[in-house]
Amino acid sequence: MNIDYSLLTIEMLTAGLALGLLVLSLVVPGDQRKGFGYLTAAGLAIIFAISFAFNGVNKEIIGGMYLIDDFGNFFKQLALVAGVLVALASIPYVEKLESYRGEYYSLLVFATLGMVVMVGAGDLISLYLGLELMTITFFVLTAFKRGDSKSAEAGIKYVLLGAMSSAILLYGLSMLYGVAKTTVISELVSTIQAGQISPALILGLMFLVGGFGFKISAVPFHMWSPDVYEGAPTPVTSYLAVGSKAAAFAAFVRIFMGGMPQIQEIWIALFAGLSALSMIIGNLIAIPQTNIKRMLAFSGVAQAGYILTGMVAGTNAGIKGLAFYLMIYVFATIGAFTVAIGFSNATGSDEIKDMAGLSQRNPLMAAVMLVCLLSMAGIPPLAGFAGKLFLFSAIVAQGKLWLALVGLIMSMVSVYYYLSVAKSMYMGEAADPSPIEIPGSLKLVLIVSMVVTIFLGIYPAPLTGLAEAAASVFALK
Amino acid sequence: MIEFAMQKAWLIPFLPFLSFVLIGLITKRSEKLSAFISIACILTSFVLAILVAVGIFGAGEEFIEKSFEYSARWFSMPGLEISMGVKLDPVSSMMLFVVTLVASLVQIYSLGYMHGDPGFSRFFAYLSLFAASMLGLVIATNLLQMFVFWELVGLCSYLLIGYYYFKVSAREAAKKAFMTTRIGDFGMLLGILFLQIVFGTLNFTELAEIVPKYADYGITLGTLNLIAILLFIGPVGKSGQFPLHVWLPDAMEGPTPVSALIHAATMVVAGVYLVGRTLFLYKTATTAAEVVAYVGGFTAFFAATIALTQIEMKRILAYSTVSQLGYMIMALGVGSLTASMFQLFTHAFFKALMFLGAGSVLHAMHGKVNVWDFGGLRKKMPYTAWTFVIGGLAIAGIWPFAGFYSKDEILLEAFNTGHTGLFWLAVITAAMTAFYMWRMIFLTFFGEEKAENHPHESPFSMLLPLFVLAFLSVVGGWVALPEHGWGYYIRLGEHEAGHAPAWMIATATTAAVGGIALAAAMYWKKIISYEAVGKAAGPLYTLSFNKYFIDEFYLWINHTIVDGLGRLLYWVDIYVVDGIVNGLGFFTKEAGAVLRHTQTGRLQNYALILFAAVVVLVLYMYFKSPAAAMIVLGGGN
Repeated sequence: MNIDYSLLTIEMLTAGLALGLLVLSLVVPGDQRKGFGYLTAAGLAIIFAISFAFNGVNKEIIGGMYLIDDFGNFFKQLALVAGVLVALASIPYVEKLESYRGEYYSLLVFATLGMVVMVGAGDLISLYLGLELMTITFFVLTAFKRGDSKSAEAGIKYVLLGAMSSAILLYGLSMLYGVAKTTVISELVSTIQAGQISPALILGLMFLVGGFGFKISAVPFHMWSPDVYEGAPTPVTSYLAVGSKAAAFAAFVRIFMGGMPQIQEIWIALFAGLSALSMIIGNLIAIPQTNIKRMLAFSGVAQAGYILTGMVAGTNAGIKGLAFYLMIYVFATIGAFTVAIGFSNATGSDEIKDMAGLSQRNPLMAAVMLVCLLSMAGIPPLAGFAGKLFLFSAIVAQGKLWLALVGLIMSMVSVYYYLSVAKSMYMGEAADPSPIEIPGSLKLVLIVSMVVTIFLGIYPAPLTGLAEAAASVFALK
Repeated sequence: MIEFAMQKAWLIPFLPFLSFVLIGLITKRSEKLSAFISIACILTSFVLAILVAVGIFGAGEEFIEKSFEYSARWFSMPGLEISMGVKLDPVSSMMLFVVTLVASLVQIYSLGYMHGDPGFSRFFAYLSLFAASMLGLVIATNLLQMFVFWELVGLCSYLLIGYYYFKVSAREAAKKAFMTTRIGDFGMLLGILFLQIVFGTLNFTELAEIVPKYADYGITLGTLNLIAILLFIGPVGKSGQFPLHVWLPDAMEGPTPVSALIHAATMVVAGVYLVGRTLFLYKTATTAAEVVAYVGGFTAFFAATIALTQIEMKRILAYSTVSQLGYMIMALGVGSLTASMFQLFTHAFFKALMFLGAGSVLHAMHGKVNVWDFGGLRKKMPYTAWTFVIGGLAIAGIWPFAGFYSKDEILLEAFNTGHTGLFWLAVITAAMTAFYMWRMIFLTFFGEEKAENHPHESPFSMLLPLFVLAFLSVVGGWVALPEHGWGYYIRLGEHEAGHAPAWMIATATTAAVGGIALAAAMYWKKIISYEAVGKAAGPLYTLSFNKYFIDEFYLWINHTIVDGLGRLLYWVDIYVVDGIVNGLGFFTKEAGAVLRHTQTGRLQNYALILFAAVVVLVLYMYFKSPAAAMIVLGGGN
């Protein structure tokens, strides 16, 4: 079989970077590994830049097992840019580690590789391979704070629940194979006939929804996320929140929009239900949270609900909205988590009430937090507004007005808890008014997140162009 | 260079905006640096604007029929495509030149005028943002882009009028300006929405092509007229046309350079510019055009009658602005873009000159505003006085000053299009304009010096803009001389009418000279007793002096109807709406608190819910799908 390896440049470079970091960490003495974070970020940034050479390329490898297309490329770029930001945000955290500094970054890049493979997969097997590479790496990263009981607890919970969800997913994949007699996603279109829906197929589909629903933390598969988010090292949490979620959404789109548009009526209602539940329950439970990471975890559940509306639309416009929203969600989420990283790095606390008076202690952090939270709430002119506009207009066009209304109402509810953080930061009195200093790498992440979130809100056209190209891979309405 | 300036014309609004951001975020604390950045940016924009003007006008016919246009897609949704771009044609290049010129001069002037003000940097930041918004409005390619900048201009004027926020009157004036123009903006927004719904585009170039074919889009001429009138309500508010003119005189509460900026080149002419940009609409919707013409003509006359009796320098200038804007709107209403834009062009110079001159006087008189308190100032402030006199000659329309040419152009257009009534109204207004302007000049700069006043000439930074503007007020009209062919440059569409006949020039000049002579007789040489005239006019004088009681009338409406309605709604709000909202809020918070208990932190529970959820999903789907349910219930196949 002839394989054009140049098509796999991104994957090979990422794998090379991960292995290189691993080897370097063995060679370089422990006290001289300070530059690893910047090295990782720079490496991923270069790969990110190279990835633009693949815009517009549309090829398949090994009989459709692996796809190089605009959709995959969009999500690869998402994983890479998120990787760059997370690597930079990890620097102060890793400096506090006693050992395994190089391994941390190596694992981070392996997780990125997992996402990259997962979003490029055109086959159930390669998809699962990427998924497990990402997930297992995250198991390790979650428990990376050795000696910290919360981190260990989070790690254990994630391993056990993650394994269960993988079991469900794998069972579902095997059912699907049993019905369709193929693992190549693009062939599902012809092998699964509309109107011939067998119980086994339904069973398989539900298992798939359960397995991926776990990854995107949609209600009712979200239970793990607050505990794991809280316990994991915060940079890992932020990557888990954006990367893992985006990759799972990409898998949803690939399998359901790409492989089974002919039986839309079955899965659209299901996604609509999950979406509504996630929006309602995620936003409601976020209200009483006192810990910023837990609050962001529940807000992430709600965000998964908003993004699911893109699946509910079942159209190219829906995919475009979904892709657009996930990309801007990267910046808003990493921005918010990075404020939490800087804050807990300086004060040791993740509690919202301790953030009182942050605007006095570090105006930049407060401003970034405010912009990111308001973007998630969908307040114009920030990027989140444009994202919600695309998503909701896509479902309204499909006559799902009720879901858009649920989304709007729950967005209003979300403003309450987002603004209570803002109120605390801007109007609260700090118990200790001393200024907070944050390292340069964090400042960089903060400024990038804020600028992108504001810029794409005011001028979303560059990203909508990319998202449209990504969506056009699927020949839907 | 010219090529660069045209390709990068977006830099013209961007640079002042950049200066706003820089001052606001970084250099706020250093007054000198802030002023330097601000002036450097606006001057660079000015240079670019000149280059653009050279490029556009130098190309002759090329850009008259087809504008130089480029844009970036800003936002798109099915059925709605919004872009932000740059549209360069003779009209917009002329505006770019005027706006950057006046803004530059005002900023230089402010160096002296605002010296020692605690908010010095803030002032320059606002001025920059104001200039940026106005320039963005000028280069807009479509109505939505224009609306965005239009609102920004409104915001900036609010900030600048209320600049002395510790003064109650300034705050009130700022609110009044904002709310009054908001009323206009609402009508305008409706007009824009209608255009988008009917024609599916807001781009000027595209609209100009398809609006004449309105019948293909399923609307009648009546509907098109309605749309055009709705759109016109925006300019009525922004350009201070009757009945929404009330905010403009109050806007004098801002620092004087702001008054010059607002009244000469920026905010108020935005309305005129908008009508000019959408003139194709009014060429088709002729009924709406008549409305525009008569609103303009009436406003010109009406504001002039008020200006006759006012006693504050800036207030007289403000009503004169309202009146002059009326001229411009009237010219558009009778269908002449050339006459209107020409008047806009010359008016920018002499009105900015007079406002800055008035600022110089007020600066010297330490807060005295009543013209009756001044007198003989020309001796102590010669430069201010003589430049002001040039402005007075220009606005009165005396040959060879700028106003002569532009006013003639308007009179000619009104007459040629058969609006004889408007023509005579404009002539009478011209006489009144000459009278009230020269009344102010004689009372301020001529006559006896008053012993209690200790005027002094202003610093050079304040005089320099006066000189430049005085020069332009003299020569600004000469572009209309046949050999320069203004009508040719600014023409859009058919060729404009030729020269005014001798009798018309004679009439207009007689009106202007008559006005000045009467003012001289009453207020300088005191041949005619102004007190006797005032008494003879009786109730007319009272009406004019009190501005026809329109402010009082609006106040009464506000106090009785709006406030009454407000109180009623307040009750509903407190007892009905708040009750529901608070109840919902309480319910939502409680729901969150209850749901929180599902998050036990126990792994077993989580696993249980995970599997249970999958089982429930599967069962639900089986029973939802009848075929599948049959199989399950029937025991499989």
